[in-house]
Amino acid sequence: MELLVAITVGVVVASSVYLLLARETLRVIVGSVLLGYGINLALFISGGIATMAPPILLDDGSLPGPVMDPIPQALILTAIVIGLGVFALLLALGYRTYEEHGTTDVSSLAGVEHE
Amino acid sequence: MNNLVAAPIVLPLATGALLILTRRLPVQRSLSLLSVGLGLILSLRLAGQVWTEGVQTLGLGNWPAPFGIVLVADLTSAAFVAATYAAAVAVVLFSFYSLERAQEEHFYYPAFQYLLVGVNGSFLTGDIFNLFVFFELMLMSSYVLAALGGRRAQLRETLKYVLINNVVSGFFLLGIGGLFRTYGTLNMADLAVRIQMSDSGGWLSVIAVVFLVVFGLKAAMVPLHVWLPETYTAAPTAVVAFFAGVLSKVGVYALLRTYTLLFVADVGFTHQQLLLPLALVTMVVGIMGAVAQVDFKRILSYDIVSQIGYMLLGIAILTPMSIAGTVVFVLHQMVVKTVLFLCAGAAERVTGTTHLQRTGGLLTTHAPLAVLYLMAGLALVGVPPMSGFFGKLALLRAALEAERFLSGTIALVVSLGTLYAVIKIFRLGFWGEVLGDRRLNKDSREFRGMMAVIGGLVALSAVMGLGAQFVFEYAAAAAGQLLDGQAYIRAVLGTFDPASYGL
Repeated sequence: MELLVAITVGVVVASSVYLLLARETLRVIVGSVLLGYGINLALFISGGIATMAPPILLDDGSLPGPVMDPIPQALILTAIVIGLGVFALLLALGYRTYEEHGTTDVSSLAGVEHE
Repeated sequence: MNNLVAAPIVLPLATGALLILTRRLPVQRSLSLLSVGLGLILSLRLAGQVWTEGVQTLGLGNWPAPFGIVLVADLTSAAFVAATYAAAVAVVLFSFYSLERAQEEHFYYPAFQYLLVGVNGSFLTGDIFNLFVFFELMLMSSYVLAALGGRRAQLRETLKYVLINNVVSGFFLLGIGGLFRTYGTLNMADLAVRIQMSDSGGWLSVIAVVFLVVFGLKAAMVPLHVWLPETYTAAPTAVVAFFAGVLSKVGVYALLRTYTLLFVADVGFTHQQLLLPLALVTMVVGIMGAVAQVDFKRILSYDIVSQIGYMLLGIAILTPMSIAGTVVFVLHQMVVKTVLFLCAGAAERVTGTTHLQRTGGLLTTHAPLAVLYLMAGLALVGVPPMSGFFGKLALLRAALEAERFLSGTIALVVSLGTLYAVIKIFRLGFWGEVLGDRRLNKDSREFRGMMAVIGGLVALSAVMGLGAQFVFEYAAAAAGQLLDGQAYIRAVLGTFDPASYGL
């Protein structure tokens, strides 16, 4: 199972690097967001993969045997929310940039001295 | 437990939430000013408490230390928060006089408050994942502020700024994942204990390098500095003043914290082989960029990069003297870099351009600005009695005491380069014959207001220089706290023994 997740992370990150190297701004934007998702997935399995009970106390206050570490899930939940916010902002910014510059070609967005 | 520790985070958070409800400018302005003013008072009080009573902590939600998120104010964080607020007061006041109406009305003040939440949170948190969250909050606000106004160049540079930061935020998460996977905790004090207990040498260095990349990018360490000059040149000047003074120092603070508390197992590799050369390259490349430019804001932007090099040098040498020097230097830069960009903003407001060949003779028409700029510039170079001298003196002494003669020499030569850059701006923009437009009269309300703000910060720099005895005493104590990890750990964890719940 770990191997499968590791391969998935690898594929997602590889796709994102491919997109990051593209010339279209939209692709670069999607690539940068995809990288975040790949890393979220890696973070998700940093708690290990196992079949265990959720970390909720029973009625008598004892633990139901070995429990899963809930922290990685809390972490990626936060990271996903932040990622969503940045993605929305990036798309808006990318669109406004396209409107002002009339191009989505990264190489024509290089800086110009004193405009 | 001290609730005052949370004040610099809660106050701007509440103000920002309130300000987003209205677009009426008088309300926005007065509430923002009130909030930063109150914040300055509270943060000074916090610094006073830390100075007299030792490290202050606050477990959020009353959770005990390694299980809940904890806020920690030691001498370094308290001082940085206070300096942040000093810069914030100046920038808010300056915004009244210098921003375009359209920018001011489109949620400039709420975004600025959220920026403060992120910055202060980063300084105060004692949890590495919480640091990530505050970093993101700070970056998100900075994206909004940098793009505010939506001019062509602004949009283009902000897009690049967001993209590069977004990619590096991924690395930040990766580093946190690595730490959590290895040590099973996110609390920095708990992490420090576990790192001391275990022997994961090489792997820890890998994580240290990941964090160096992350914080190095935020701090604009060469070769990760390329985003800074263009972004800072394109954004509104009042905003850039705060970015320049405070935002880039948050990266330095994060490095200072992690590279004194967590990543000290293999100092020979992480500090001496990696950070030291990077610090020297940062100084030299930054100043070469500054010397080559002919634009007020570009020269100053490249100079930020070069000054970051000094701070990294202090961290890399890692002696009490060098860390104290870094703390003084960061505080000095927070004030002086802000005031220099405010000068650039005032000059831009007067002449309508920051290009130095299209303007000149400001000394003849607007003498107060020229005089204040020169004083701030000399403070940057490190001419006593202004604040820049003592930080540099401490860093140089530390370099020589550690027998790093090459580093010391480079730091001195770069100082000369800084002097050249400062004088170049003065010669082209202020000296000589009157050239270009004058859109603002010397006696107008706006100009006087801007001069009052700039004058206040220059005076603060002078006070820091003249009161160097106290500033240095404070910084030495702060360095002592930073280097003695045990004190930090005791303050955060108290009697809790991490070995007790086994890992």
